Amino acid sequence: MPLTAYLVLAALVFVIGLFGVLTRRNAVGILLGIELMLNAVNINLVAFSRFRADVAGLIFTLFTIAITVAEIAVGLAIVIVIFRVRRTIEADHLDLLRG
Amino acid sequence: MRLGSPELALLVLALPFASFLALALIRPLRRSGRPAAAVSILAMAAALGAAAAMTWEASPAARGLNPARLWSWLPADGGPMASVGVWVDGMAMQMCVLVALISLLVQIYSWSYLADEPPPSLGRYYAYHSLFAFSMLGLVLSPGFLQMFVFWELVGLCSYLLIGYWYDRPSAARAAVKAFWITKLGDLGFVAGIVMLWAATGTFDFWPLFQAAQAGALHVDGLTTIMFLIYLGAVGKSAQFPLHVWLPDAMEGPTPVSALIHAATMVTAGVYMVARSRVIFERSPVALEVVMVARVHPLFELVPPVLTLIAWVGAFTALLAATMACVERDIKRVLAYSTVSQLGYMMAANGAGAPEAAFQHLTTHGVFKALLFLGAGIVIHHFHTNDVFRMGGLFVQRPWVGGAFLVATLALAGVWPLPGFFSKEAVLAGVLDARLSVPFLMLIATSFLTAFYMFRVVFLAFFGQARDHHEHPAPPVAMDAVCRGLALLTLALGLRAALGGHHAEGPAWLPWVSLAWALAGITLAWATYQAHAVDPARLATALAPIDFLARRRYFLDALFAGTYRVLLLGLSRVVGWVDRYLVDGVLNALSAGALRAGDTARRLQTGHPQDYVYGVALGVLLLLVWAQLG
Repeated sequence: MPLTAYLVLAALVFVIGLFGVLTRRNAVGILLGIELMLNAVNINLVAFSRFRADVAGLIFTLFTIAITVAEIAVGLAIVIVIFRVRRTIEADHLDLLRG
Repeated sequence: MRLGSPELALLVLALPFASFLALALIRPLRRSGRPAAAVSILAMAAALGAAAAMTWEASPAARGLNPARLWSWLPADGGPMASVGVWVDGMAMQMCVLVALISLLVQIYSWSYLADEPPPSLGRYYAYHSLFAFSMLGLVLSPGFLQMFVFWELVGLCSYLLIGYWYDRPSAARAAVKAFWITKLGDLGFVAGIVMLWAATGTFDFWPLFQAAQAGALHVDGLTTIMFLIYLGAVGKSAQFPLHVWLPDAMEGPTPVSALIHAATMVTAGVYMVARSRVIFERSPVALEVVMVARVHPLFELVPPVLTLIAWVGAFTALLAATMACVERDIKRVLAYSTVSQLGYMMAANGAGAPEAAFQHLTTHGVFKALLFLGAGIVIHHFHTNDVFRMGGLFVQRPWVGGAFLVATLALAGVWPLPGFFSKEAVLAGVLDARLSVPFLMLIATSFLTAFYMFRVVFLAFFGQARDHHEHPAPPVAMDAVCRGLALLTLALGLRAALGGHHAEGPAWLPWVSLAWALAGITLAWATYQAHAVDPARLATALAPIDFLARRRYFLDALFAGTYRVLLLGLSRVVGWVDRYLVDGVLNALSAGALRAGDTARRLQTGHPQDYVYGVALGVLLLLVWAQLG
């Protein structure tokens, strides 16, 4: 399979993730969308690493996965706190930053 | 080392100024009271000595030259704009001696008169007095309009400070402000006039101006307007109708201040100034006879219409003030109106083209009016009231004071051989000579009224029944001595004029007429207030309209207050409207716009995280498209 196929797959996953982030009303769903977008990046890194025979991409991917996990841990913790305070995690109701 | 007159004149100026600086800057000295007074009196005595030496020094021939010591001031591209310094001619020298002498005597008199004042106030009083002496001498010695104006304003300031000396009395504070504002009204004209004159001729200095005026080389458009404006300054300062209203109120100040500033010296500044500028007035294009004040008289001679105006206003002021003096009960106010009236005489002489007569009357009046005020100070001290109807019989108890007061009163009434007789005759001769018949008649009527109201005071306060029989302590030695000295000086001046055969040019009947009217006034006063042959109430009824108006001061004070109120309120309304609707309106519109814009922009911030992400995604998309297109 050519490189383009991997890049198209990654782009699709990224856009699906972005769509999820923009449209999901549930905060957990938004986090899932973010996860998809990050994984699309990972696919890109791995694909370039494979086709350019450069191992640096693989190592970056390992870092990204670790950071993603940490980010999700923090994100979920925030969601839990918000749920405790506001009794909801619907994104439409979370507008404390409104001007 | 022999000092020339200009150097002595500078010394005359420097001494009171040094005393003022010492009192103003050295706080412990000022607050010590008596030592401060001693410093001021000693400086003044030295200044009088220097002034006398200056007059002595000048040979009669040198008096006509104009020895001056000048420095240039205000450097500009086309040379200095003005000179400062001293210009010592005969008139200035005589005036210097008068100012220094009266200042010294008044300061000595105040030593006793204000003995009960707290020391810090006394120090302040003497500091003002020193400043006044410096300013008045500086005005007299001015070589040009600009320096004269600066000192002119300084004496105005001193007058304000001294009228308001008892500043915790509301009436005194009000009188001070009134005097300041009313004289400023005239000064506005003065400053506008001298600036216009400078713009037209390029100089503020008297000497070049007078030379040009006398050579007929002074061709200035609108000279009449300029000199009229300058005359306005004299109207305010010398209390001419209609700006005379401040002078009676100025009597709120301590009596010695009234004697010095509001009788003998400061109020004559206007007379002095017009006498100086006279030449210009007489050459003014319109061919009428007008009179202006003394110092600037050469200039005034160029504008006859203004001179005629000065004569008419002077004579009218004299008559008007005399009628008001006849109905006044406050002894100091009677004297104040009489000052206004005599200033009118001087101005009339100026206007009639006889500045020498004006100046002669100024000098003699300075001496005997100071004596009248200082005597009145003793009278007020004695009776503890200003009301002449509550006084009486002082002559028996204090013959010396009564004698001195009587001498001054006779001098003011113009009785031979006292100095007032000669100077008044000179004024009348000058006015008659200028064919100003109506002002002449007004002045004759005034001399009758003058004799009447002054002897009304004398008969009420010094003769008649003593109202109380308490033993009063004798007046302090200093006050008594000053009065006696001034009385002797008045007599000496009169005798010198009588023996010197100094006679005004005038018809032979003139002295007899003026003397007859003066004696008639005295007789009427005697008949009314001493012999009780004439009932004052019937006299008042017979002259009801004049009596009614004079008692209400011809409604001039009310007119001023009303105008002031209408103008001030009107202006305040306009300014208030502009402020409220124009200035505030613009500001309100701006702030409302900012609020509305902020309110609109606020809606961009929804607070929903997803909207922000939308924005970011859209931005990235736009950047991508832009990168592709670029």
